[in-house]
Amino acid sequence: MEDERAHILPEADSGTSENSRRNFLKQSTLLTAIALTPATAVKAAEAHVDEKIAGAFEKMPVKLEVNGINHSLSVEPRATLLDILREQLDLTGTKKGCDHGQCGACTVHVDGRRVNSCLTLGVMVNGKKITTIEGLAKGDELHPMQEAFIKHDGFQCGYCTPGQIMSAVACIREGHANSEMEIREYMSGNICRCGAYPNIVNAIQEVKEGGFKV
Amino acid sequence: MKPFQYTKAVTQQSAIEAIAKPGVKIIAGGTNLVDLMKRGVTAPDKLVDINNLPLKSISLDKAGQLHIGALALNSTVSESPLVLEQQPLLAMALKAGASPQLRNMATVGGNMMQRTRCAYFYDTTMPCNKRQPGSGCGALEGYNRMHAIFGTSNKCIAVHPSDMCVALAALGAEVTVSSRKGSRVIPFTDFHRLPGDHPEKDNTLADGELITGVVISNNKFAKNSYYLKIRDRQSYAFALVSVAAALEINNGTIKEARLAMGGVAHKPWRLYDAEKALAGKPANEESFNQAAQIAMQGAKGYQFNSFKLKLAPAAITEALKHAAGIA
Repeated sequence: MEDERAHILPEADSGTSENSRRNFLKQSTLLTAIALTPATAVKAAEAHVDEKIAGAFEKMPVKLEVNGINHSLSVEPRATLLDILREQLDLTGTKKGCDHGQCGACTVHVDGRRVNSCLTLGVMVNGKKITTIEGLAKGDELHPMQEAFIKHDGFQCGYCTPGQIMSAVACIREGHANSEMEIREYMSGNICRCGAYPNIVNAIQEVKEGGFKV
Repeated sequence: MKPFQYTKAVTQQSAIEAIAKPGVKIIAGGTNLVDLMKRGVTAPDKLVDINNLPLKSISLDKAGQLHIGALALNSTVSESPLVLEQQPLLAMALKAGASPQLRNMATVGGNMMQRTRCAYFYDTTMPCNKRQPGSGCGALEGYNRMHAIFGTSNKCIAVHPSDMCVALAALGAEVTVSSRKGSRVIPFTDFHRLPGDHPEKDNTLADGELITGVVISNNKFAKNSYYLKIRDRQSYAFALVSVAAALEINNGTIKEARLAMGGVAHKPWRLYDAEKALAGKPANEESFNQAAQIAMQGAKGYQFNSFKLKLAPAAITEALKHAAGIA
């Protein structure tokens, strides 16, 4: 393979900025094509696209569907989904707690699966569907889990609450809300320093037992 | 976090070509790697994202061997009907690890590659031979409550943090890897290594090798296996001590036993002597207590973790009782 660094290094290093930029754009176009084309076309393109996608300081094009709205973004490879949601899309409902995957405040759904957005690189969820706390309510009508958290006083300071609710919805969808013990185990990735746990469990049990559509 | 290049590999071959260069790291789930990069413990020049590779399947072959792709998610494996039916010990161990969110991201290969959670390894202002060879070990004379009691060296007393790997070591799984040189199989118990003089090396994976999956051979442990994890809180914490126990019992007599521990060594710690001692014995508490005593030979405590010298044998007996159905 030819020396890839000539194509990838930032302009300052390579001294051939136009060339570098052109190559990057070319590769970016191929990348987008890959996301949209069938396997045979991917196979044809991969020989060229595989090795050079984004330089260390270059931003990459990323498409995300967040709460049903499509976004075309430009992000650094090191930007986490959490930072992209909060700082580029102004969706500040998703909270940054520990920023190291230990507290669960940043929990969102990626293609329906709950994950820690603080440990998810934005470039790695290109083309995926993201649901955040802002995407649960239908207009002015709160999601049943949001209603239940209010009714059962499932929070005090409220900082962990968006993550708790995203996890709670996933907990029921996954089929892991069949007993208090099971709920506690499957909610263990969400820490509440105010200690609202008993009320959170009550809220989840009510939604589960009420047969609400989550 | 230091900026890095990012590449998405589309084929196994292109991933192997990409990782053959220095400064390149593979990213799969990223749950440990992104954390380490944020803290500056590791700073790769380039990440190769392998999530598009077709290494996610879980299947049973005609010989009853269970094949699990390196990119199968921890959550998927732990709930797979095939795994629950054939190798329930593995599902139990997986469910004991991390949180539901992390298990939804973490892969089998990534779980094997995770680094120790030793606080001195994570704190870049502290000496650590694993992070910076030759800088010393902060844990040896430091706060070593979470640390190893078996197979330590004067360079490192860190433990491997995985639960999944403890079950795979007990079950005698094999790891399949690929590189430019071709493919090879590594016995799971040889995959991770003891620290010795080179604690910077967690495992025996050669440069440029990609984990493609694990294989668990057919066995008769499904009925009598148990994963016991002892930790500071009931869920979502690393093990102080954990035990994977698998028994094949015929009319109350142990035909074959498999035992491995987590939280006690730089690698999943297989208890071969205790296994041998259990073979042919009645499946009762007395046999289990004897095996637990044998298992502790060679154990060595440090200032803050000597409690593990009592906790570990008690955990072994308890796990065996659960496995045998007499708890």
